[in-house]
Amino acid sequence: MSNQIDTGLQFHQQALNLRAYRQEVLAANIANADTPNYKARDVDFKAALQGAVGGARSSGALPLAQTASGHLAGSAASNPAGAPLLYRTETQSSVDGNTVNIDTERAAFAENSLQYEASLTFVNQFMRNIQSALQSQ
Amino acid sequence: MSMLNVFNIAGSALTAQSARLNTVASNLANADSVAGPDGLPYKAKQVVFTAKPVEGGGTGVRVTAVVEDNAPGRTLYDPKNPAADEKGFVTMPNVNVVEEMVNMISASRAYQNNVEVMNTAKTLMQKTLTLGQ
Repeated sequence: MSNQIDTGLQFHQQALNLRAYRQEVLAANIANADTPNYKARDVDFKAALQGAVGGARSSGALPLAQTASGHLAGSAASNPAGAPLLYRTETQSSVDGNTVNIDTERAAFAENSLQYEASLTFVNQFMRNIQSALQSQ
Repeated sequence: MSMLNVFNIAGSALTAQSARLNTVASNLANADSVAGPDGLPYKAKQVVFTAKPVEGGGTGVRVTAVVEDNAPGRTLYDPKNPAADEKGFVTMPNVNVVEEMVNMISASRAYQNNVEVMNTAKTLMQKTLTLGQ
């Protein structure tokens, strides 16, 4: 039972970590909206979460090979910072080499905030379900 | 803590944009300054933004230099002016008021964007603090 609770929370923990990380990346894009030669970046959330939940390192990173029984197992815990940072496809190029489109970034930022809140709501509901299951009638 | 880094990143942008706004204010205030401390006409100044990693991760922005515009200043025929040359022309600062106003609006909007980012991050943090209650 406790294992089920753990698994249920683990997913939301990974999702929240990734959402917070994406929020940071988008904030950096908005902060650098006027910086020459800055290239807007983003995280492929779906691929990153699949990589994090599956235990495997997200694409782009090589797993640690174990060639002898005495070797330590590589840490399977996925770091949200290990999620691959991709470059955003340019919609309107600017002369100074900056690829930030402020409308796209603001939209992505608002969307990511909402998804973060949704994840928080899921966790809260999860807790509430467990609490009601624990209560004696 | 990723979400706390958002404050550092947006904060660095606020500092940079306010430096830009200060430069615009300086340029506009001196749009008619015929002589500066060195006796020469005032030269328009511009800030240089550079992306810079902030403490804890993420990319912020910093003003790495304030450069002077070397465009020739506009000349004005005013023989009565004490700064006029022998032909009666006065060299005025090379400040383009229209450009400066556009720069000001752009800086102001960028500042507002970053304030919005900070507010959102704050709301999310507060919601995270009430997790499980």
